Amino acid sequence: MAPESSVVEVTLESDLKNVEVAEEISRKVAGTAGFDEEEQHRIEMAVHESMINAIWHGNKNDSSKSVWLRFQIHRDRLEIRIRDQGNGFDPKRIPDPLADENLLNVSGRGIFLIRSFMDEFRVEHITGKGTEVTLVKRLSSETQPKQGGSDREHESHNSTD
Amino acid sequence: MSMKATTRQIDSVTVVDVSGRITLGEGCTQLRELIRDQLSKGNKWVLLNLADVTYIDSSGIGELVSAFTGVAKQGGALKLLNLTKKVHDLLQITKLYTVFEVHDDEARAVGSFEKASSA
Repeated sequence: MAPESSVVEVTLESDLKNVEVAEEISRKVAGTAGFDEEEQHRIEMAVHESMINAIWHGNKNDSSKSVWLRFQIHRDRLEIRIRDQGNGFDPKRIPDPLADENLLNVSGRGIFLIRSFMDEFRVEHITGKGTEVTLVKRLSSETQPKQGGSDREHESHNSTD
Repeated sequence: MSMKATTRQIDSVTVVDVSGRITLGEGCTQLRELIRDQLSKGNKWVLLNLADVTYIDSSGIGELVSAFTGVAKQGGALKLLNLTKKVHDLLQITKLYTVFEVHDDEARAVGSFEKASSA
């Protein structure tokens, strides 16, 4: 019996140079999941913004910390979890970047872009571990693999490059 | 690919041809320094040609906003030229398409500055 989903896990050193590594993985996974090029770019951007938040705000640019990513392809969606070792944040406290008074703000658009590009966005603080964001992008019925289609085995990597 | 930028002068207008990634870190820093440098030389009519920009993130968008307001404070103007679909979509999503003056024809874009600067 084929597995219900396939998983890619990676742990990266908390360094901005690894943002592009996470982008590349997300683009490949999104392509494997069946998303078209435009959707792959949006998913890649959501991962980019999440990585920046994790490294810059969560881990305070401390390269001794790490960022854990987990990509899980389900039959109907791609679920991405990104966890830093920070103290978390409340997304409700981030000002609306589309409000007239905020339109010319230099910062504050990252979470908004993630929400715009993904179907679901959740933030959870896990005691003793850090802050985990979950991003979900649903596959349209046309792009979902047919019943009995191939699924890939669980992969796990650890990298401190 | 990191960001690269070269400048050309057409009459009073400084055209900046940008390529690569405008993202947090090097790309944003380079753009900030370039605009600061142009303003210090008195070049306050700036046209950013983004035709070869492959990637821009929320920090890059913030840098464009910062450049826009910085130039405006000096009594000048910053306009955008040749947006890729990705950058166009980002400006639409963030409502900044209503803030920036966007062109797809360089000669007309340059001409629009001349009208403003001589008004």
